[in-house]
Amino acid sequence: MNAFRLLRKYISMLFQSAMEYRASFWLTAAGHFIVTFTSCISVLLMFERFGQLEGWTMWEVLLCTGAVQTAFTLAECFGRGFDTFRQLVRTGGLDTLLLRPRNIFLQIFGWRMDFTRIGRFLQGCFVMVLAVSHLPSLWFPAKLGVLALMVLSGAAIFTGVFILGATLCFWTVEGLEVVNILTYGGQEISKYPFDIYKKPYLVFFTGIIPYACSFYWPLLWLTGRSGSAWCILAPVLGLLFLIPACCIFKLGVRHYTSTGS
Amino acid sequence: MKMYFSLFRMKLIAGMQYRAAAWAGIATQFFWGFMVIMIYEAFYRSSSAGNLPMDFDQVCRYVWLQQAFLYLFNLWNRDNELLEMITSGTVSYELCRPLELFPFWYARLLGQRLAGTVLRCVPVLMIASLLPGAYRMTLPPSVPHALLFLAALTVAMLLATAINMFVYILTFKLMNAGGAALIVSAFSEFLSGSLIAIPFMPKTLQYVLYVLPFRYTADFPFRFYSGNIPMTEGLWSLAAAVGWLAVLCLLGAVLMKRALRTAVLQGG
Repeated sequence: MNAFRLLRKYISMLFQSAMEYRASFWLTAAGHFIVTFTSCISVLLMFERFGQLEGWTMWEVLLCTGAVQTAFTLAECFGRGFDTFRQLVRTGGLDTLLLRPRNIFLQIFGWRMDFTRIGRFLQGCFVMVLAVSHLPSLWFPAKLGVLALMVLSGAAIFTGVFILGATLCFWTVEGLEVVNILTYGGQEISKYPFDIYKKPYLVFFTGIIPYACSFYWPLLWLTGRSGSAWCILAPVLGLLFLIPACCIFKLGVRHYTSTGS
Repeated sequence: MKMYFSLFRMKLIAGMQYRAAAWAGIATQFFWGFMVIMIYEAFYRSSSAGNLPMDFDQVCRYVWLQQAFLYLFNLWNRDNELLEMITSGTVSYELCRPLELFPFWYARLLGQRLAGTVLRCVPVLMIASLLPGAYRMTLPPSVPHALLFLAALTVAMLLATAINMFVYILTFKLMNAGGAALIVSAFSEFLSGSLIAIPFMPKTLQYVLYVLPFRYTADFPFRFYSGNIPMTEGLWSLAAAVGWLAVLCLLGAVLMKRALRTAVLQGG
């Protein structure tokens, strides 16, 4: 319970400090909105030109795009501390955190959050609402529940990848650009249903970095392409990804030697 | 002029130091390139042929060029050091130098661009030219084509830097490092045909984009190379690109002077 109170305190502090520069905050939020907006428009324009994509309709794909963007935004907002973790390692700020008798994950989450992502978040939600309104087969509480589960599970996996990327900093000090393949690249590739790609991609993103578990498999169920219960369970299984990610991070912390500055 | 050139060289050499970063970048570019090509391929598979503005092998060449020269033309490039200088007030040191700020920063940004590209483009193009079938990167059809492409690419680089300068000018006005850069880059990336190639857009939107300068940074050189734009149109487009370059550089220099006249130095 104490941890929750602390997290709430962290969030309100970070939010207040972000609100000190109000104009700047909204300007950046507007920028984020435009980034995802143009990305959605691109999907829309491709469908305008081609009509359909291997049997997928425009609204089905946009539903997926919206869910991915919302999930990624949640992870970027709350997992910002792990995303920019190298600064903690490089400046030695991690030492201070480790000295405190509190959970290290909680403290890194509370170290930094990026609320300007609200621009992206609203945009993603808007696209999902628009897509759902064009897909009457989704108008059931169970289906909407699965959609919400997709977003939550996706956000958890993106956060897990941020944590893994942060772990790398223990050994390399600098962040690695390769991690971007899995975060930004993962977001970009999950925008479309995975069956349009070559098979190995689906296998990789199901078994190793399970983005397909949170987006592709439940999407099959949502759009009536599969009735298998596995499709609904997939996002829950995807959540398991967080366990090894956190364990590896703990391992990294144990190996951490301060840079001394 | 010599001073600006040596600054450009300094940034070029500094940028070349990060070789590990360049390899990571190459891996990223291939992941990205294959992903984009697979998306196009899936769309091509599901379309009833006839209404396609680009051949599939042209699309592949377009994508590989885009990946190889990403750092040359990308419009979301930002130099955090410069943005930091503006918002923190350290820019005053830059103003003490007996140099004009616009060409000074222009040379600096240009050097960074070229350094990022030199390391990346050769491996990407080489590996892409070994791929099988339609995915393969091929040589341009003739020597004049190659020359015009090189000219177009040079202008694209200069033009992208000129457009990019507006981010810093805006930052003087808005005093917010992230927001202005994000808005300018998000719009210009879409308008330059980096998200989807311009021929796939609706006709009316195409006309608008043809009038704007953004397409000369990516769409024009790459589509010309891939054989989607004929020679005569290419020559005209190159002339238009040079015209835009002159206009934007002049405008940028004037606006920068104005911004500096009213700039308030932050901090101490």
